[in-house]
Amino acid sequence: MTRTTRRYVEWTIERALFACAVGSVLVTAGIIGVLLFETVAFLREVPIGSFLFGTVWTPLFSDAQFGVLPLVGGTILVSAIAMAVAVPAGLLSAIYLSEYANPRVRRVVKPVLEVLAGVPTVVYGYFALLFVTPLLQTFLPSLSSFNALSPGLVMGIMILPLVSSLSEDALHAVPNGLREGAYALGATRMQAALRVVVPAALSGISASFILAMSRAIGETMIVAIAAGQQPRLTANPLVPVETMTAYIVQISMGDTPAGSIGYRTIFAVGMLLFVMTFVLNLASDWLRRRFREVYA
Amino acid sequence: MIRPLRPLTTFTSPPGAAAPPTGVKIAVTGLDFFYSQKQALSAITTDLQANIVTAFIGPSGCGKSTFLRTLNRMNDIIPGARVEGQILIDGHDIYHPGTDVVDLRRRVGMVFQKSNPFPKSIFENVAYGLRVNGITRNRGELEGRVEDSLKAAAIWDEVKDRLSESALMLSGGQQQRLCIARALAIQPEILLMDEPASALDPIATQRIEELIYQLKTTYTIVIVTHNMQQAARVSDRTAFFWLGRLVESGPTEQIFTSPTEKLTEDYVTGRFG
Ligand SMILES: Nc1ncnc2c1ncn2[C@@H]1O[C@H](COP(=O)(O)OP(=O)(O)OP(=O)(O)O)[C@@H](O)[C@H]1O
Ligand SMILES: [Mg+2]
Repeated sequence: MTRTTRRYVEWTIERALFACAVGSVLVTAGIIGVLLFETVAFLREVPIGSFLFGTVWTPLFSDAQFGVLPLVGGTILVSAIAMAVAVPAGLLSAIYLSEYANPRVRRVVKPVLEVLAGVPTVVYGYFALLFVTPLLQTFLPSLSSFNALSPGLVMGIMILPLVSSLSEDALHAVPNGLREGAYALGATRMQAALRVVVPAALSGISASFILAMSRAIGETMIVAIAAGQQPRLTANPLVPVETMTAYIVQISMGDTPAGSIGYRTIFAVGMLLFVMTFVLNLASDWLRRRFREVYA
Repeated sequence: MIRPLRPLTTFTSPPGAAAPPTGVKIAVTGLDFFYSQKQALSAITTDLQANIVTAFIGPSGCGKSTFLRTLNRMNDIIPGARVEGQILIDGHDIYHPGTDVVDLRRRVGMVFQKSNPFPKSIFENVAYGLRVNGITRNRGELEGRVEDSLKAAAIWDEVKDRLSESALMLSGGQQQRLCIARALAIQPEILLMDEPASALDPIATQRIEELIYQLKTTYTIVIVTHNMQQAARVSDRTAFFWLGRLVESGPTEQIFTSPTEKLTEDYVTGRFG
């Protein structure tokens, strides 16, 4: 190739890559644009206060009410159950992998965790509905066939590898010098792990928690399949609830006419969901960046 | 001015550890050390005397840190590391399977080549060793020990008004002195210092050297240094290492003025390394 053709090829590649980058940014911006547009249209008919703070969600009834709190409550309930499973189990397994397991075990287990994180969530959904719920019903007879508990537990198992893997990364990134410093003062392995390494990795660990929370809030299939479709503001995990995501699925698959107020609720709820997960992701990112600064 | 540690009656050394004022504290015989395949130390045999300062000198990569770290079994945590030979401290084989490594490390303190304060407050850095060893729970006593240790490490005046600030806010030299304070807090019998002054300015270095001079009345001190003047100033005995071997050891003055080995002479006179 001559110098000029080489330069031409370089130029073309550079432009093509640039076009890809611009394209994906534009598509994202477009999606957010549509979301915003429909949300604004929705909020022209429903005041924002009664949307955000209303406690009754009956958009398809003749006396429709648009209080989103039951959906938010259902989402938070299921996510909280998931976090109650994933945080302790994920953190403990991360501590084990980073501080106790010999390197060979780590080399095997880490990729397995990452594979687990890739299991399609529909599988988890049916697992919750057809296996976990009946199992729980044997000793919790009052448990409805659709409920928050079972999908919450299964979702906890789903996000556990995420917590475990990211927390392990954070623990692993703590410089060895700190462990040695602790050992040199007569600390046991556990004292070094719990009182030096974990605190030193705390922002990275919290970042993994927040990211997992964001995953739980945005998770759709498991709750759409196993949590039910009854928007209700409750802390009782044994009865059917509806999460924001499950609601969106329900309406999208129904025959609500485009442009109607019922149809626009999808976008309003979607927007709220987007804002929630976006804020959590930003927080997680900020924490992780701060953690990296400490050990640059 | 550096003040010595206030003697603490509440804290007793483990039985059998009452060191004689002089004599052999650490006896090393035929020590080989391997990092996986690579041999880093060969056939080290030497005695380290109690209550004096021994300096380790030698070119970079000759195994000074490795040897130092075999003395508190800090190398145990390196995967694939292997030790052969014998190290006796007060006559006890520290590599004997029955040895309590945690207790050993409590008695053999270490200041690392790269300063490694915990990302905690200045106070908590010094209190850490006291807490994990359950030395004291009493808040007042804890504060007293922390203060004494910081004074002994010649850093008290600089940090006394900000004990609750993060140790990572300190300068490199202050961090190193904090690490010394942290090591002193649990009152080890032996203090291993790996180039404690390499990150310090001349004034801070001088303070550390004064400190070492003070401490040797109570501690057995081993210091690694690249600075020949420093070795000459602070140490009573000097050991010269070269390519994983102990070439020569003896009274510092003799090593610097009339070494028996040509290699030592070349090194201390600056002809290589
Ligand atoms: N963790 C390790 N794994 C493998 N090899 C190592 C490790 N640490 C040190 N070594 C090697 O062992 C040899 C001795 O290293 P050591 O750190 O003891 O030298 P040193 O005398 O302290 O040098 P310096 O004066 O530069 O600190 C070197 O060749 C080094 O590369
Ligand atoms: Mg070294």
